[in-house]
Amino acid sequence: MKHQPFTSVHQSLSFSRRMMLFGGAQAAVGAALVGRLGWLAVAENEKYELMSENNRVQIIVVPPRRGWMIDRYGKPIAINRSDFRVDLIPQQLDDAEQTLKTLSQLLELDADELDRILKDLKQSHGFQPVQVAESVPYEKYAAVIVRLPDLPGVQATRGFSRFYPTGPAVAHLTGYVGTPTAEDYEKTKDPLFLTPGFKIGKQGLEKTLEPYLRGTPGGQRIEVTARGKLVKELDPKPDRSGQTVQLTVDVGLQEYAARRMGDQSGALVALDLETGDMLALVSMPAYDPNSFSRGIGRTEWRMLSEDDHIPLLNKVAQGLYPSGSTIKPAMALAFLKQGIDPKRRVYCPGGYQIGNRYFRCDAAHGSMDMHSAIERSCNTYFWATGLITDPQETTDMVNYLGYGEEFDLPLATQRYGTMPNPEWLEQKYHREWQGYDTANTSIGQGYVLINPMQLAVLPGRIGSGKLLQPRLLMGAARKPIPPLAIDTEHLAFVRAAMTSVVNDGGTAVASKLPLENILMAGKTGTAQVHRLSERGHQNNWALRDHALFIAFAPADKPRYAIGCIIEHGGFGASAAAPVVRDSMTYLFDKQKAWDALLPLEKQWGGTLQERNDRQLAAFKAAARANAA
Amino acid sequence: MISSAIIPQPLAKLPWRLLFLIAGIATIGLLTLYSAAGGSLTPWALKQSVIFLFFLVTAIGMSWIKESTIKSVAFPLYAVVLAMLIAVELLGFVGKGAQRWLDVGPIRLQPSEFMKPAIVLVLARFYDLLPPSDIRRWRAVWPAALLLGVPALLILVQPDLGTAMMVILIGATVMFVAGLPWWLFAGTFAAVAVAAPVAFSLMHEYQRKRVLIFLNPESDPLGAGYHITQSKIAIGSAGLFGKGYLQGSQSHLDYLPEGHTDFVFSTMVEEWGFAGGLVLIVAFAFVIRWGMRVSTRCRTRFGQLTAAGLTAAIFFYVSINLMMVMGLAPVVGVPLPLVSYGGSAVMTVMLCIGLLMSLERQQRTQPRSY
Repeated sequence: MKHQPFTSVHQSLSFSRRMMLFGGAQAAVGAALVGRLGWLAVAENEKYELMSENNRVQIIVVPPRRGWMIDRYGKPIAINRSDFRVDLIPQQLDDAEQTLKTLSQLLELDADELDRILKDLKQSHGFQPVQVAESVPYEKYAAVIVRLPDLPGVQATRGFSRFYPTGPAVAHLTGYVGTPTAEDYEKTKDPLFLTPGFKIGKQGLEKTLEPYLRGTPGGQRIEVTARGKLVKELDPKPDRSGQTVQLTVDVGLQEYAARRMGDQSGALVALDLETGDMLALVSMPAYDPNSFSRGIGRTEWRMLSEDDHIPLLNKVAQGLYPSGSTIKPAMALAFLKQGIDPKRRVYCPGGYQIGNRYFRCDAAHGSMDMHSAIERSCNTYFWATGLITDPQETTDMVNYLGYGEEFDLPLATQRYGTMPNPEWLEQKYHREWQGYDTANTSIGQGYVLINPMQLAVLPGRIGSGKLLQPRLLMGAARKPIPPLAIDTEHLAFVRAAMTSVVNDGGTAVASKLPLENILMAGKTGTAQVHRLSERGHQNNWALRDHALFIAFAPADKPRYAIGCIIEHGGFGASAAAPVVRDSMTYLFDKQKAWDALLPLEKQWGGTLQERNDRQLAAFKAAARANAA
Repeated sequence: MISSAIIPQPLAKLPWRLLFLIAGIATIGLLTLYSAAGGSLTPWALKQSVIFLFFLVTAIGMSWIKESTIKSVAFPLYAVVLAMLIAVELLGFVGKGAQRWLDVGPIRLQPSEFMKPAIVLVLARFYDLLPPSDIRRWRAVWPAALLLGVPALLILVQPDLGTAMMVILIGATVMFVAGLPWWLFAGTFAAVAVAAPVAFSLMHEYQRKRVLIFLNPESDPLGAGYHITQSKIAIGSAGLFGKGYLQGSQSHLDYLPEGHTDFVFSTMVEEWGFAGGLVLIVAFAFVIRWGMRVSTRCRTRFGQLTAAGLTAAIFFYVSINLMMVMGLAPVVGVPLPLVSYGGSAVMTVMLCIGLLMSLERQQRTQPRSY
């Protein structure tokens, strides 16, 4: 071996040292790798195992059956019907036009339906199924099934669709269901939203009670590859139907009242005075919620949105009207509380001068005390007495009885109107309260705006003497109802006056209950829509006054209260009171009530359903004629 | 080594313990490839076993090469590989596309793979020729830097970041154990640490995105982070003993991309669990330890540096791949040698092992004498 210089020995030492270092670094890296492996595979195992399962297992979602809505007696309001359905998967469509042509022949789709399908196809995301037809009869379903091999992208399945047995009568109460929109899906990213046949609540209770009604989807669990190829089927996961929700509504009364309203536009609310249960919430005219749940056709939609009676508006929840004279019982209680002697008399010469304005009464009533002023609805009395009382205290009493109050109800939108007082006026219009404000308020005009639900709560509270809160869900907790903080003598006085309105010489004597031993107490109201000087009968429907009526019965031992508004119905006594009378009769004697309604319906040209169907057919014919 | 009267001398002289280790690792690889193909010898396991056996025989054959022969071919071999790298670059330029290989008849040669052992040999030879007293001088640095820098740059522009990185790391290791001053490595490291943020700010948007995705793959689970995320799921869902052979859902349902090449370790661990991964890592650790021992026992400087560099090549191959599949390093396309499907990694590693065996044989056959 050759001679090694000193530096070479040094170099050899350096090499050994550095090899040790390199070996150490290797060991460190090795330890880090093993540590990392242990961290991933053992410490974090649970998390990654879940992710791996999520990769491996996919679910073909089966929509859950929607929960029912039933009435207080268990009668169905919204249920599910088993049906056959046909859908399109846009992504898998080869020739959309040809497929649609074949389908429209097989299923006899009309132009309206084809329009809707084309619109939905355009808006669809590719993977989101588009409904072709629901509730397909078995023969047509079978006809599609046999041709499925030639129709890629077409899906024929069995499913469930929502059904409202009473149709338009409950339309505004229940609302309707519909296919979730793309935005709904974007919000939740829930694959259930893309499943054909799955519907969510779009309006009314269907929307607000959605969490209870929806249920939990089940599905076929499958193992799929990353490219979506099916490998094998695993055990299915069962679905759980939505909960049944029981409403306080008496669907019999609801339907009766809806039909009793005829072709008029209005709202009626009925309350049980023992509990505050809402027995009916009728808003008419109404659409057929079954049409919406099926996917409404364009023509029908146009008919509904063009109707001047606004069938698409829930007047119970969102309607606002001047209260008119229905405010007077509350006014009387306010006056009594402020120490006005009910025997105090006011002379009505047919009007009243306030400042430089002359307010005209309906008639020259002569000498009026509080009882007769309620009974005959004399404005002069209320103007004159309003002016000698405190407007703030008066409004407080009316508010306390329900006007202007927002109730705790599962409604998507609830408008509660206005009960004006000096403070409110200052804030809203920056002006001082004037005598004519008092005058307007004391007969329920001016700034006064109330909602049909308040129209039932006010007679309800006066009738029961309790601070009643309306309820809509049977399952909701019952709270003890406190008595009204009002002198019982005052209440008895006003109840007696309201009894006279219907039973003695009052404004609504034509609407006595056709029952023995049961008297109804009430108060009429006529709310001006146009100008005071043009009150009364008008040929132009939209300019006519609103007719209102509030009532409770039996007068001596109040059990039910009803509030009703008929839009542009003219005088409250002639349009609203008879509807309330018959609905109230229904609560005590169903047979008598039907006996009263059936001849009327014959006169109007059939039941509500028949008239609605005829109207739609006529509209469609007109639309076709226009198009041709 | 095994000594027995029955076994002929040349066979008995082979480093059998190492060969068993290598064959064991390759067997794990073949089993995994069989599983990755859905329980089939085709298309990967059978082909891979042929490749492995071919290079195993080649490596054993190489163990008879003399150190002096290796020494003499160091520079010519380096020159040939460098010429091939330039040729690939020119071909890519002519063909207007990135290219990493040369078509030589039926075989595709990847010159960058040959560069891994070639850089070791040429640097070892360079420091062998350098007088020991010059090691702290400037002339110990710049020729080596040039020898390393030129091919690294050529590979980098192919572009093949993974291989370029490995060549640089292997070369740097040889320079480190050769005894270059400390401050050189510390300084380079500091410079890189300072330059990284600057480089990041100068990067293109897509390059920045790649770096960010490496740092947080979950931020883009369906895009470029998909590989890392799915690989981590495969390894993480394995548990202590795995899902069972042929039962890996991530690999069998195609959620794990490249489950037979770069991400073969994830495929293996998914089925064999932490225990299986540990066995493989320990097996590689023993191979590397063997290489390190060969290096320290070498009597010549060239042998020492060559063995250290070749061992470093195996070490970087394994560790970069494992860091990559476990989310500790960006995905740079470095396969796991002897386990991943494909010939080039097997070839490189078996060339390294063949050379190491040759150095080891000479330690045993020649008496130690200083």
